[in-house]
Amino acid sequence: MSIGWWIAIILGIIILAVIFLYNSLIRLKNEIKNSLAQIDVQLKRRHDLIPNLINTVKGYAKHEKNLLTEITKERTAVMKAATMGAKAQASTKLSNALGSLMVQVENYPQLKANENFLQLQEELTGTENKISYSRQHYNDVVMSFNNKIQVFPNNIIANSLGFKQEEMFEVEESEKKNVKVEF
Amino acid sequence: MATLFQQIRSNNIKSAILVILFVIIVGLLGSVLGLYYGNMWFGVIMSTLVGAIYFFIVFNTGGSMILNMTGARPVTKKEFPHLHHTIEGLAVAAGIPTPKAYVIDDTALNAFATGKDPKHSSVTVTTGLLDKLNRQELEGVIAHEMAHIKNFDIRLMMLTTVLVGVVTLLGDFFLRSLWFGGGDNRKGHPALLILAIALAILAPIIGHLMRLAVSRQREYLADATGAALTRYPPGLSSALKKIQGDPDPLVDRANRATAHLFISTPFRKTKGKTIALFATHPPIEERISRLEKM
Repeated sequence: MSIGWWIAIILGIIILAVIFLYNSLIRLKNEIKNSLAQIDVQLKRRHDLIPNLINTVKGYAKHEKNLLTEITKERTAVMKAATMGAKAQASTKLSNALGSLMVQVENYPQLKANENFLQLQEELTGTENKISYSRQHYNDVVMSFNNKIQVFPNNIIANSLGFKQEEMFEVEESEKKNVKVEF
Repeated sequence: MATLFQQIRSNNIKSAILVILFVIIVGLLGSVLGLYYGNMWFGVIMSTLVGAIYFFIVFNTGGSMILNMTGARPVTKKEFPHLHHTIEGLAVAAGIPTPKAYVIDDTALNAFATGKDPKHSSVTVTTGLLDKLNRQELEGVIAHEMAHIKNFDIRLMMLTTVLVGVVTLLGDFFLRSLWFGGGDNRKGHPALLILAIALAILAPIIGHLMRLAVSRQREYLADATGAALTRYPPGLSSALKKIQGDPDPLVDRANRATAHLFISTPFRKTKGKTIALFATHPPIEERISRLEKM
C-alpha cells in the first residue's frame, strides 16, 4: 500500500475515535443534567413537606422554637441559593437541623403517637435519603465526566471541543468549616 | 463505571447465546421428532416457529409470568411506605427508572428482582423481610436487587427461567410422546429412538447447569454494586445474617425454576455441604465475609 493509503486509514481511525469520545461526553453531560434535575425534584419535595411538619410539631413541642425557626430559615436559604456550593451548604444545614428535630421529638411521646406526624416523619426520612442518593449519583456522574475529559489524550480533544469540568454538588471548601453537625 | 458496562455487555452476549442455544435445542428436538414421524424438515420448521413465537411472548411477559409463579402481588405506597421510599431512593442512586414494588405474603426472608430491562422491572420482597429487617438492612437488600436490574442480570435470569423451563417441559413431552405414541407402525429407526431419548434426557440437564452458571458469580457482584450504592456494606451483611438465621424457607412459593432469582436460596438449608456444582447460590457466610472486608 502507498503512504497515502496509510495516512487515510490513520486519519479515519482518529476521526472515529473523536466521534466516539464526543458522543460519550454528550451522553454523560445529559446524564449530569438529568441527575441535577433529580436533586432539585427531591429538594422541592422536602421544601413542600416542611410547613406541614412545622405545623404538626408546633402544637406538641413547645420548647423547640429555635430549632423550628432555624429550619424555616434554612428552607428559604436552599431555594434562594445562587450557586451550587451555597445550595449544597444550605441543604446540608437544613438536613442537620431536621436531624436534630427528629432526635428532639423523642422527648414528646404524644407527638410520636400522632398518626399524621408518623406519616410526615416517614415521608421526610424517605425524602432525605433520596436527596443524599441523588447528590451521590450526580457527583458520581460528574466525577466520571471530569475524569474522562482530563485523561490523556482525551484532554486535548475535549479541550478543543469546548468541554469544561463540571462542578460537584458539595459544600465549597471555604465554607466547609462553618457547617456544624449538631447531633 | 467500566466494570458495569463490561458486565452489561457480557450479560447481553450471554442472553444472545442462551437464545441461540434455545433455538438449536428446540430445532434438534424438532428434527428428531420429525425424523421419527417421517419428515425431518417439517419438524425443524414447526418447532423453530413455535419456539420463536414462544420467545417473543416470554420476552415481553416473562417478568409477570415469574411474578405470578411466585405469588407476588403489587403493593401501593400506602400499604408499605418505607418499601416504596427505599426503592425510589435506590433507583435515584442507581440512576434508573423506579421499579415496581411487589410483595409475597410469607414469613420467610427473601427478595428478588425481575423484568426485561431497567424500564420494565420490578422488585419483590417477602412481608417477613419487611417485618424483620431495619431500614439500613432493607436498603442493603434493595440495593442488591437494584444492582441486578442496572446491569441487566434480570434479563438474563428471566430468559434463563422461561427458556430453560420450556426446554425441560419439551423434553418431558417428547419422552412421553415416544413412550406412548404407539410407535410400532411408524418408520422409526432404533438408532433414532436412542438419539431421541438421549436428547430428551440431556436437554433438561444442560438447561439446569446453564441456569446455575448464570447465578452464582453474579451474586457477589450484585453485593458489591449494592454496597457501592448505599455506601454502607454493613446494611446488607447484617441483612444476610438475619436471612441466614431464618429457619423458615420459602418452599411453597419457589420452585426449581425460580430458585436462582432470589437473594438467598429459597429452599431448606441443608446440614451438610451441597455439591458446589448444583448450588444456585454462593455460601452466605462467604458473601458476608466479603462484605465485611469492604
